[in-house]
Amino acid sequence: MIRHAMSNLNAWLAILFVVLSSCAGDVLLSRAMKQIGDLGQWRARRGLLFVGLLITRNRYFLLGVVCMAIAFYSLLFGLSWNDVSLIGPAAASLTFVANAIAARIFLHEHVDRRRWAAALLVAAGVVLMGL
Amino acid sequence: MNLRKYLVLAGVSVFAPVGDSLLSYGMKQVGNISLRDLPDLLLAITNPWVGLGIVMLLGFFASYMTALSWADLTYVLPASSLGYVLLAMIARFGLHERISLTRWIGIALVSSGVGFVTSGPEVTKRPRPRVADDHAAAEHS
Repeated sequence: MIRHAMSNLNAWLAILFVVLSSCAGDVLLSRAMKQIGDLGQWRARRGLLFVGLLITRNRYFLLGVVCMAIAFYSLLFGLSWNDVSLIGPAAASLTFVANAIAARIFLHEHVDRRRWAAALLVAAGVVLMGL
Repeated sequence: MNLRKYLVLAGVSVFAPVGDSLLSYGMKQVGNISLRDLPDLLLAITNPWVGLGIVMLLGFFASYMTALSWADLTYVLPASSLGYVLLAMIARFGLHERISLTRWIGIALVSSGVGFVTSGPEVTKRPRPRVADDHAAAEHS
């Protein structure tokens, strides 16, 4: 009984960390990529090595990778305590909604009704698929 | 949107669910890791399934970075969620697993979400900075 409660607590703690850190990572990576520009065009003009250097010298990218690493290890921690059918859908669906809010606030993206509807439909769909 | 961009979104869709599934399989072999033994998480990557999962997630990361370089975050995330549907289709038709009505409804919701977002523009149009306008005007004059 206690072990089951502990398992659930650890799993939801992991989900919270996955959502917060992956949301921060997504926002930082998106900002980095917008600063750099279309990678396909850079690769065609200057080659793959140049693109690699361009990306790894961007501080938003490096911070984003740190956040993604935290999200990754939180996910591994969560998976060691509970099934992927709980951790995966719960973390993914909450991340969709959190990202829509964060993108509007921090990236000033135009999140219109179409994008809100898409984020909510996908989040609800992911939850149902995990049941 | 052109074929190259659709292929990049397909890469994001395919690599992420396959990588997650491999990690899940590997972590079940590794076993529970308590908060007191957190360094054991670093050793978890020596498990071959976890390692293969990480390779898949690197493929996801490269596609994801490319997509974010020309599209909004709120476009890329829902548009690339078709991977969940793909995984369910593999389970149904490849592995002959039974898919419940709830899961079919979930698949329909995810698909309609993807349809919604991909029918709109992929990037927020921003006004050009004044400095750039001034430079352009100076070059034309």
